[in-house]
Amino acid sequence: MAKPSEFRIQVDQALGKTEVRAHFRKAMDTLMTNRRNQFPDNAELQRLRDQAQVIRANALSKLPELLEQLESNLTRNGIHVHWAETTDEANDIVLKIMQKHNATWMIKGKSMVSEEMGLNHFLESKGIEALESDLGEFIIQLDGETPSHIIMPAIHKSKEQIAQLFNEKFPDIPYTEDVDTLTRTARDILREKFYNAPVGLSGVNFAVAETGTLCLVENEGNGRMSTTIPPVHIAVTGIEKVVEKLSDIPPLLSILPRSATGQPITTYFNMISSPRKKGEKDGPEEVHLVLLDNGRSRIYSDPELLATLRCIRCGACINHCPVYVRIGGHSYGTVYPGPIGTILEPQKSGLKVHGELVQASSLCGACGEVCPVRIPIPSIINRLRYEGVRQDGGSALDAGSKRKPLEAITWKAWSWAASHPSVYNLGSTVATQVRNLVPHNLGAWTSVRTAPAVADKTLHQQLKALGVDHE
Amino acid sequence: MSQVTRQKPDTVYFFGTCLIDLMFPQAGVSAVQLLQRAGIKVIYPPAQTCCGQPAWNSGYRDEARKVARAQIALFTKPIPIIIPSGSCAGMMKTHYPELFSGEADEAQALDVASRVYELTEFLVDVLNISLTDLGAPIEIAVHTSCSARREMGVADKIEQLLGQLQNVKVLEQAYKPECCGFGGTFAVKQPEISAAMVADKTMHLRNTGATQVISQDCGCLMNIGGAFDYQAKHENKKPLNTQHIAEFLWERTHG
Ligand code: SF4
Repeated sequence: MAKPSEFRIQVDQALGKTEVRAHFRKAMDTLMTNRRNQFPDNAELQRLRDQAQVIRANALSKLPELLEQLESNLTRNGIHVHWAETTDEANDIVLKIMQKHNATWMIKGKSMVSEEMGLNHFLESKGIEALESDLGEFIIQLDGETPSHIIMPAIHKSKEQIAQLFNEKFPDIPYTEDVDTLTRTARDILREKFYNAPVGLSGVNFAVAETGTLCLVENEGNGRMSTTIPPVHIAVTGIEKVVEKLSDIPPLLSILPRSATGQPITTYFNMISSPRKKGEKDGPEEVHLVLLDNGRSRIYSDPELLATLRCIRCGACINHCPVYVRIGGHSYGTVYPGPIGTILEPQKSGLKVHGELVQASSLCGACGEVCPVRIPIPSIINRLRYEGVRQDGGSALDAGSKRKPLEAITWKAWSWAASHPSVYNLGSTVATQVRNLVPHNLGAWTSVRTAPAVADKTLHQQLKALGVDHE
Repeated sequence: MSQVTRQKPDTVYFFGTCLIDLMFPQAGVSAVQLLQRAGIKVIYPPAQTCCGQPAWNSGYRDEARKVARAQIALFTKPIPIIIPSGSCAGMMKTHYPELFSGEADEAQALDVASRVYELTEFLVDVLNISLTDLGAPIEIAVHTSCSARREMGVADKIEQLLGQLQNVKVLEQAYKPECCGFGGTFAVKQPEISAAMVADKTMHLRNTGATQVISQDCGCLMNIGGAFDYQAKHENKKPLNTQHIAEFLWERTHG
């Protein structure tokens, strides 16, 4: 038997952690219920999804033009635009800005693209500290972890674990498991940091081409603080986040928080359109936007896989995934976990690295059913399975790399038999006659189930005996 | 896609599925009997094998197409094709059009897809079947397959059929719409996750107190039923029956 993959090992460990699993289940149940309560009218939900899909699909259909328009409007507004093809390039751009300002540290709002870049780690290697200010990110940074969910990065941690962590890291503060007190502790620590930070970094939810506006959705106010108090603001985002018009924003803003956390709207919504203007009393003096490609152009070039880029990172697919709820976010070994990670990561980093993820789906369709922009996630998973084994090139990174000779031959033989009825019927007849010889131990299947039994007479034989018409 | 008429037809095709052919033939026989009792002539092309889904879901599209093509050739008359499985019906209805997109026989594939009905969908929507329960009182739980629920959108049909049986009480399990963890090759390729899923599914089904679990899909039944049997054998738990909806309906309604 082949050695289990890194992914299988991670999964096995995660499945064994009953407490963490119960914790995930409870958290996901709450998120699912909250979302359901936000959409009492199914017709309205479907209409909103149509609308959101159209807005995102429209933006992608004009992506090159919109990116140009975005750049020229941002530049006109006084925002510096940088293009990065790779995460290395993006990291370098950020580093140069830091160096230009002699900045030794930065405060960060939540940004999954910065996770994708491995920015904190990179800056650390250059002697620069990046302090996370989103509460969840703050917690996992304290513990040296990565996010386990794209919108709730510390969802894997219980309140007791967080209490212990705070106690360990801030021994001067009395031990408490009270969530409000813990939050206040973090707030007090961060508040002071905001005032002194030389640079603030954030992500972007939507970048409006028409007006050159960066939109940021958040709940804690840390996004607003990170983007307004420090003298320099750096925003990092993927090239797919652009939308055409300002009027595209309200529908997206209506469906995003409702799908994500089940909130009617987030506490904060920031629209950043320029650095501080003459006579204004606050706001950064310098604003930068780093637009990251990192494999997105390749995804963009395939008419079917392109739908992956419609994603608005709400996390609903993750919250509804029966696989994610059981294995948690870290098992995936990727920046983006759950269904969106399952389709995005193998395309971004290649099938060789993350191709196994596309097998970790029962194709139940729960993700596609809730996705606010109607990304056909199961179809894309299916397509990536095909990309993994196809032999004629293909468009995904490392297409064909998952083809295994034995498996390929088995399917060939199967297709030959199942397209030749006489062979098929012979095979099934043999199977029914030798059913007692079918191994009672089918490995993985029989570790929790009995072996399926072959019937003594096939349906073909029985219907023939019953005289069911053949033509 | 155009639907064939919702008028009751005289004759239909029956596609039995490979899983039913080999493992659950009684479900297929019962489905045919239900159709015949409703006055419909059933044609069962004997050269049928498998819809091609296992290969399709494994990424082996050429192999899937080869098998699918052999099926398409068997269902040429303009009559409905009845399939006692949400998953195989979903394969023919939604994935044949993708699989044959741009192929020379795309039109035939689209034609076949447009005539596909999942069994319970056909019994309710087209036949408007009415059932008289002759069985003893029983409490059951229903597991609707993900493909019947999300791909075919027919989850309500099985409930409507069971609702007509006055001695059958359907109990509701927790996490009802959640996948049982079968997913075809998923159960083999990611056995640990699949096992965790079926463990939860069987627990929730047991917790209802039902003595029997009914589904429109034999894949789910093989998974859930296999786990029930294992738990009865090795974990000292109460055995629970599983049965395909066609077989259950036929047993309770034929005199
Ligand atoms: S794929 Fe859809 S559901 Fe998942 S995070 Fe993206 S937008 Fe949300």
